[in-house]
Amino acid sequence: MAKTLYQKLFDSHVVHEENGTALLYIDRHLVHEVTSPQAFEGLKMSARKVWRVSSVLAVPDHNVPTTDRSQGIADPISRLQVETLDNNCAEFGVTEFKMNDARQGIVHVIGPEQGATLPGMTVVCGDSHTSTHGAFGALAHGIGTSEVEHVLATQCLVQKRSKSMQVLVEGKLGCGVTAKDIALAVIGRIGTAGGTGYAIEFAGSAIRSLTMEGRMTLCNMAIEAGARAGMVAVDDITINYIKGRPYAPKPEQWDAAVAYWRTLHSDEGAIFDAVVEVRAEDIQPQVTWGTSPEMVTSIDGRVPDPENESDPVKRGGIERALQYMGLEANTPIIQIRIDKVFIGSCTNSRIEDLRAAAAVAKGKHVAANVKLALVVPGSGLVKAQAEQEGLDRIFKEAGFEWREPGCSMCLAMNADRLEPGERCASTSNRNFEGRQGQGGRTHLVSPEMAAAAAVAGHFVDVRQIA
Amino acid sequence: MQPFVKLEGLTVPLDRANVDTDAIIPKQFLKSIKRSGFGPNAFDEWRYLDHGEPGMDNSRRKLNPDFVLNQPRYQGASILLARENFGCGSSREHAPWALLDYGFRAIIAPSFADIFFNNCFKNGILPIMLDTAEVDQLFNEVQATPGYQLLVDLEQQVVVTPGGQSFPFEVDAFRKHCLLNGLDDIGLTLQKVDLIKAFEAKHKSSQPWLFN
Ligand code: SF4
Repeated sequence: MAKTLYQKLFDSHVVHEENGTALLYIDRHLVHEVTSPQAFEGLKMSARKVWRVSSVLAVPDHNVPTTDRSQGIADPISRLQVETLDNNCAEFGVTEFKMNDARQGIVHVIGPEQGATLPGMTVVCGDSHTSTHGAFGALAHGIGTSEVEHVLATQCLVQKRSKSMQVLVEGKLGCGVTAKDIALAVIGRIGTAGGTGYAIEFAGSAIRSLTMEGRMTLCNMAIEAGARAGMVAVDDITINYIKGRPYAPKPEQWDAAVAYWRTLHSDEGAIFDAVVEVRAEDIQPQVTWGTSPEMVTSIDGRVPDPENESDPVKRGGIERALQYMGLEANTPIIQIRIDKVFIGSCTNSRIEDLRAAAAVAKGKHVAANVKLALVVPGSGLVKAQAEQEGLDRIFKEAGFEWREPGCSMCLAMNADRLEPGERCASTSNRNFEGRQGQGGRTHLVSPEMAAAAAVAGHFVDVRQIA
Repeated sequence: MQPFVKLEGLTVPLDRANVDTDAIIPKQFLKSIKRSGFGPNAFDEWRYLDHGEPGMDNSRRKLNPDFVLNQPRYQGASILLARENFGCGSSREHAPWALLDYGFRAIIAPSFADIFFNNCFKNGILPIMLDTAEVDQLFNEVQATPGYQLLVDLEQQVVVTPGGQSFPFEVDAFRKHCLLNGLDDIGLTLQKVDLIKAFEAKHKSSQPWLFN
């Protein structure tokens, strides 16, 4: 029978299945400091060991400062959490890229960068954006802390099958339109619960022509559409990306691995439970205006008017969002002025994202009304690469701050945050109330659009300033 | 885990769609390395007028009188009535920990976000999906009736209103079994050690590069 990619990945990891509940074998377990302490504590309390230590890779990313780290972490509570990870990894023998390791970075950036995420794998992490790794034709999803403990102890996860959804993007993306815009446009269309219960496979000519960075951005945002997993079939772009990375198959294993990986696509005639079709040419650069990623419009759009919404729950949601965001109905998006800019996060902090933002910022300067424009590379290796290419100089000359890698102002667990009422153009993935700091107002955009907004001081169509 | 069999409890209506886990427990509280003590900071930004940080004495902070959980008639509630896509966003299990610590054992909504839904079961909280029309009716009744108590019966899979109306709900058989008996998933899985080992050996021989 013809199978979808999701079905292939799921079937190839079933240890046992009974009454629709499967025990699924996990190949790669990524760990960070926020969602793991209680899991390691649970192991200790029941005197259990880690089932397969070599499957686990840990890194501190959420709490780490993005400024000078030579003095350690100033905030004692953040420091304790990072030290707890260090101690747990040492005690259980888990490989960890510590805060001052050159390879440290956001967990979803370093996995692929190291080749620790491979096609055909099941990948889990106590973090919802684990969907990122599905870009490699892997089954990757976020889990809770109890499940982190479960995977550490048993190498398995208790799972039910999801339904399969295909998001088909055919055509050619316009200039200045990115994977981030595809993600936001799809979420705007199906809503933040549109993918609930589904694993999404992104397919079509526009997806096939994306780089791995772009595919990761897209799969990263699958969770914002409610889907636990996003994925893209394996092709030459996938295979070429992996070749030569530290955790990639050894030379003598390579051909067998590639032969298997080439089977990782949905079969001709496979049936999806839902199909969403989008034409690439119809997608414009996107900007969110509200407090949920589905509250999004094109750069040439306007803030919506709640008067036009007939559903009372939705109308209430729009009114509350406009109030929180400090926006008037019907305001053109290009008239929204910003206070801060954040280029970073596991959505958009890879080398290609930084190159794209730098290309826009080059030779220009951050507008006077922008108090802070931050660039936070996704990993130490991305940072080093960017510096080798001179991107850091471009950003600094344009008035951006160039920082150390980590989650930073994506969720503001460290010192990088918005003050109440501040408005931010952000390349991250969540515009929830308070996400970037209490009372902070987040507008999600692509790296190009963030850099353009930094230079203009308000949102602007990147296609008009290039 | 505490078993969940039957619960009769005061019900509080949280009338917003897409309540995310950042709202249920803001990130500054995720720095704790414990599982308990999150209750006083559940819905922190909506519940208090000032900005909360870990280590503050929450009993001295000013409550937001407009937030529904703070209204006197809802004190001691153990059932949360919510709107669609409850628990979306971050996978943080701190969200169900906070709700449990606050005193909630059941949440009723038309739909839940997937990871949150799953995390509830691991912590002895029962998430119940009812039709939108049924949830609308419960919202109307709870708002109109001070002291409104629902009965949740997991064994029978029904929610019973004070007026005696029953709303049946679905629950996965395995999860129901675990919840009724307060069973720990890890212990159950480890009963299948032989199956896991056999799978692992086969997997390793076909894709050795996964085990480098
Ligand atoms: S960058 Fe943001 S979304 Fe990504 S793992 Fe870090 S906090 Fe989560």
